[in-house]
Amino acid sequence: MGIFEYAPAPESRAIANLKDHYRPFINGEFVDGSGEPLKTINPATEEVLAEVGTASVSDVDTAVKAARKAYNTVWSKMPGSERAKYLFRIARLIQERSRELAVLESLDNGKPIKESRDSDVPTAAAHFFYHAGWADKLDYAGYGPNPRPLGVAGQIIPWNFPLLMLAWKIAPALATGNTVVLKPAETTPLTALVFAEICQQAELPPGVVNILPGAGDIGASLVEHSDVDKIAFTGSTDVGKLIQRQVAGTAKKLTLELGGKAANVVFDDAPLDQAIEGIVNGIFFNQGHVCCAGSRLLVQESVAAEVLEKLQYRVSTLRIGDPLDKNTDIGAINSAEQLAKIQGLVESGDAEGAERWTSPCPVPDRGFFFAPTVFANVQQSMRIAREEIFGPVLSVLTFRTPEEAVAKANNTPYGLSAGIWTEKGSRILWMANQLRAGVVWANTFNRFDPAAPFGGYQESGFGREGGRTGLEAYLNV
Amino acid sequence: MSDRISVAKTYKLYIGGKFPRSESGRVYPVTDPKGKFLANAAHASRKDVRDAVVAARKAFGGWSGATAYNRGQVLYRVAEMLEGRRDQFIAEVISSEGLSPKKAESTVDAAIDRWVWYAGWTDKIASVLGAANPVAGPYFSFTVPEPTGVVGVLAPQQSSLLGLVSVLAPVLATGSTAVVVSSAERPLPAITLSEVLATSDLPGGVANILTGRAAELGTWLATHGDVNALDPTGAAPADRPGLARDAAGTVKRVLTVPDAEPDWTAAPDLTRIRRYLEAKTVWHPLGI
Repeated sequence: MGIFEYAPAPESRAIANLKDHYRPFINGEFVDGSGEPLKTINPATEEVLAEVGTASVSDVDTAVKAARKAYNTVWSKMPGSERAKYLFRIARLIQERSRELAVLESLDNGKPIKESRDSDVPTAAAHFFYHAGWADKLDYAGYGPNPRPLGVAGQIIPWNFPLLMLAWKIAPALATGNTVVLKPAETTPLTALVFAEICQQAELPPGVVNILPGAGDIGASLVEHSDVDKIAFTGSTDVGKLIQRQVAGTAKKLTLELGGKAANVVFDDAPLDQAIEGIVNGIFFNQGHVCCAGSRLLVQESVAAEVLEKLQYRVSTLRIGDPLDKNTDIGAINSAEQLAKIQGLVESGDAEGAERWTSPCPVPDRGFFFAPTVFANVQQSMRIAREEIFGPVLSVLTFRTPEEAVAKANNTPYGLSAGIWTEKGSRILWMANQLRAGVVWANTFNRFDPAAPFGGYQESGFGREGGRTGLEAYLNV
Repeated sequence: MSDRISVAKTYKLYIGGKFPRSESGRVYPVTDPKGKFLANAAHASRKDVRDAVVAARKAFGGWSGATAYNRGQVLYRVAEMLEGRRDQFIAEVISSEGLSPKKAESTVDAAIDRWVWYAGWTDKIASVLGAANPVAGPYFSFTVPEPTGVVGVLAPQQSSLLGLVSVLAPVLATGSTAVVVSSAERPLPAITLSEVLATSDLPGGVANILTGRAAELGTWLATHGDVNALDPTGAAPADRPGLARDAAGTVKRVLTVPDAEPDWTAAPDLTRIRRYLEAKTVWHPLGI
């Protein structure tokens, strides 16, 4: 094995306070949904974690009515300074229960505990804290005096960052005075329902936040509902297009945060060891289940061989396994379905002639795991260079000149993120200017902050989350 | 009135800085509100739309990459040229819209002033809408607004000049490029505006103006893979949902517009500019 041997250091599963049953949260209460209950599993073991009641179409209507009533009678009338205090309370409660939320997130999602503990949960709390402060300062947000909320927001979030995506959606919506009906992803509903408990503990007025577990059909009926004023969706570009079609011709305001195929561009003058860490973080963070993952590595030809060698060495030291183990670098793929999708795309890479290298690290027998994989000699026309894999698979392409790097980086219908690695400041700024992407990380990757707007160009969606810019998504401006 | 026979103008399309006829060879008669023949306008086709999108995409790099100061000066130059043609626009607005001379005069003046207003925005947008982001870590993070790309504009059907200016100028001010379908029944001021644009140092292809039917051409703009945003103002309200559905195929930004044409004399705000911008957030570590 590798240089270091590690004893197991598992976080206790008991911290998650896992319950046998979870239920939808409507109008301030946990209620029996009239949908077919689903079983959510631990993707690292394939064991059932809990049974979760789901919403039916009629529950969607009940939740929207509750949100409308809360909007009309309470939330839209409340001074921003009072709304702010609820959001501050929620931020604090997330911090207080952060360990529980982190363990529960890792159980339900499969992500390593070090990521849920150090990234997902603290950033979720930070989003509420940040937006709390906006609630009574909207006059200063640059949209004219007294910008108005939209009303009831329907929000649909993905399974890759369940609690964090919830925070990205709910915090700005509430701060600007909207009420929400949120549908968590089918495979990761648990932290959203603990968040519902937090809303109760914060004494948030009933109906301001409603959480409806369910599958895509529940999301679709939320999008269709005539009394919803706003739809916010994070997920795949294919589903985003369906939602945009569904919303077309209605008065609903829409924001979409969709897929990506980010180029991570490494120049020959880059500090290579630092770049390797950034490349690894860019594609293997959260098993590559990241819409802004640096999934296309563009390396300057003169250093390509060296980068590939260093990269393979570094990747071979990543430990894959129990998400609750504090030493785990790569956890479980979230579902059998996603694992099959990754396997299919990897096979296409083989078939289309890319050179595949897979880390020799041991992979658990049970659960959904996929060993880190790097494809060299990738051509732009290959599926692994064009399609979002959403897994721990990196495609490596080369370039000679900065102009070629830009042309290749921008050769995609997506435009969510990009990376630049070089020591030359003027080149960083030139590249940042040329890349058609909503987030550009230079000499770093995968940084997120509630104060920094995030979102895509082109088919990666429209609208921003975070910062002053992000408030626009929930204001009638 | 002298007995001199005036030199009549052949009205054509404006694509890539040139004035071609429609490749389809089609024209349609344009009349004043009383039915008097004014001219034959080129009846743009799907191919003309595609040519115009190609021209707009080709021009995007240069226009979006020009300095904001330069864009501001070019757009201000357009206003200077508009002013020089003031009488011609007044005459065309009268014949197109049937306005009284006084009303036409104030409309043309408002259009020129509107253009000046937008011209002055080019080098202020980034400081008003951009930001330095106070992130919780050792990074410098900033956000700059960038132009969306190629914008398809279905110009208002009623307000042939002021309305057109109000929808086109914000596109150009952001650094985006435009393919405009003019008012179908009142296209003459749009064609004259393209002559103004052609003599204002505006690079060819930055603004392309087609005369024709929004109902026919709108769908080709909405489905075109190289168009990034769509303003459906000039489409019939009944046609807008279909255009919005078409636009979803490539995740276009589609403007929400009122059913009836707004009062174009109302003072503009930043809304239209914001619709054609993408926020780009850049991060770099701090360190020694």
